[in-house]
Amino acid sequence: MAEEIRIVLRNYGKIDPLKIDDYLAIGGYEALIKARSMDREELIEEVKKSKLRGRGGAGFNCGQKWAFAYGAQADQKYVVCNADEGEPGTYKDRIIMENDPHTLLEGMAICGYAIGANKGYIYCRGEYPQVTQILNTAIAQAKEKDVLRDFDIEVKSGAGAYVCGEETALIESIEGNRGEPRIRPPFPPVSGLWQKPTIVNNVETFANVPVIVDKGADYYASIGAPAYPGTKVVTLTGDVNNKTFFEVPTNTTIREVIFQFGGGIPGDRKFKAVQIGGNSGAFISADLLDTPIAFDAMTSIGSALGSGAIFVLDETRDIVDVITRVAKFFEDESCGKCAPCREGTARMYELMEKLNSGQGSANDIVLLNKLGRVMSYSCLCGLGQAAPTPVLTTIERFSADYNAKLM
Amino acid sequence: MSYKEILASYKDVPGGMIEAFHAIQGQYSYLPEETIIEAARVFNLPVAKAYEVATFYSMFSVNTRGKNVIRICESAPCHVAGAADVVAALERELGIKMGESTSDGKFALELTECVGQCQATPVITVNGKVYLDVTPAKIPDILAEYK
Ligand SMILES: Cc1cc2nc3c(=O)[nH]c(=O)nc-3n(C[C@H](O)[C@H](O)[C@H](O)COP(=O)(O)O)c2cc1C
Ligand code: SF4
Ligand code: FES
Repeated sequence: MAEEIRIVLRNYGKIDPLKIDDYLAIGGYEALIKARSMDREELIEEVKKSKLRGRGGAGFNCGQKWAFAYGAQADQKYVVCNADEGEPGTYKDRIIMENDPHTLLEGMAICGYAIGANKGYIYCRGEYPQVTQILNTAIAQAKEKDVLRDFDIEVKSGAGAYVCGEETALIESIEGNRGEPRIRPPFPPVSGLWQKPTIVNNVETFANVPVIVDKGADYYASIGAPAYPGTKVVTLTGDVNNKTFFEVPTNTTIREVIFQFGGGIPGDRKFKAVQIGGNSGAFISADLLDTPIAFDAMTSIGSALGSGAIFVLDETRDIVDVITRVAKFFEDESCGKCAPCREGTARMYELMEKLNSGQGSANDIVLLNKLGRVMSYSCLCGLGQAAPTPVLTTIERFSADYNAKLM
Repeated sequence: MSYKEILASYKDVPGGMIEAFHAIQGQYSYLPEETIIEAARVFNLPVAKAYEVATFYSMFSVNTRGKNVIRICESAPCHVAGAADVVAALERELGIKMGESTSDGKFALELTECVGQCQATPVITVNGKVYLDVTPAKIPDILAEYK
């Protein structure tokens, strides 16, 4: 039987998040002191060895990324925390920041020391004003106690744009511009915020760092799936009894998450589908439920772990209706910079609405498949590239729902 | 504070226009034309650039809108939990459609994507304050708080 392991939520419910003394009393900021006693390269090597991979969706090796920024020559470098969390069904970063803000600050300061940056920004979505307040209180207390020493952290507020979660769009937004993704390369560790070497990591990624420094890379690497070790905070939504969050080791299966932690489906209804990773995730059918929620295992079934959002649908749900809603999301959130996405998301929504209202034909499904394939390789950023995934995977795996609505 | 004072206070903040717009909306509920023109002047940018920013972000509005901004999450988890019923109840109760404001200038109705409170769907926010597990029956009480 799988069990919860709390690493990033280790202090959840144990401390008053508004009191730095509580955090210090349980050993807070000791990892930062330890990190600063280490050689920078040795510290980065340790993070690399832990095999910690980004929790914001792309799963890049964290230490490897830090090594790029460390190696870049510049008079100024930045550490940026991605707290934009706009993925529908996701609120894990909020839970971390609301309950243990100092863990995030400590992780960022460790990164700052490692790469040689004295300035950090937390880009917090505009929908979380209460989180911004908590973070500002924590920063003020950390300054007062001088635990961060010369590392300065500032909170920047977003204003409602999902695409700003994409790291280069996020950087544009911090600079005060429209949040449109940049063409990469150059990647942020080489040229990011104000053209300076910049590390962008997710809240949950940073929250793992103090534990890795404190307990060592070997300890961390031994938890969960070997190639994507540690835990993942997952948030359950939809047709599931326990609509809440859990922190589970990464070798936990989807079935365990839904039926053990989630308490299964309400009523006597049967499972139909689950979408993992937020709106751009693939829809998964019952035959794939024994897949672990680790990054590579999810990729191998044509899916993505993404933010760790787990959206469950029971047998009574109309997949075509849900996908129509998802398609509208991408039309709403496309930034409009590139034509395949700006036009593609609009046409995709139009076709889905046609099908959902019972006016579509088999030819519309052919068109959707073609459009989706083109978007997946021609769009500039991950938003447009991944927008077709839910459409394409449901056409393939839940064709009965589509056929039932054809004219 | 006047909008000129607000803008002046963000003048030296790198990339400060977005925060300045938040602060202005805190007073006016939207971004009046003169505030965008003044922002361009203060941040030393073409007016087009200030408009680009003002129109990009969904939390900013360049049109007048009601003082209390009600946003209803329509993302998939809220959708399957019955967001459409909440939308219908709000429209009925206020006598306006989504995207409109009441004629007394008190309320604006807007759709939004996920606001990150998906543990208790459907969700609405009023001026950023979160209401969880919203049902049509709860709407009159929520509105009464702002009347
Ligand atoms: C459209 C889009 C939205 C994204 N949204 C987020 C987000 O809300 N939070 C996040 O941490 N990463 C998000 N990402 C991923 C970031 O671009 C980036 O990979 C991540 O912040 C890197 O941090 P990590 O290595 O710690 O995961 C998004 C990517 C795309 C393409
Ligand atoms: S893919 Fe979409 S969101 Fe990304 S840059 Fe192009 S238009 Fe913008
Ligand atoms: S889906 Fe509605 S608040 Fe997240």
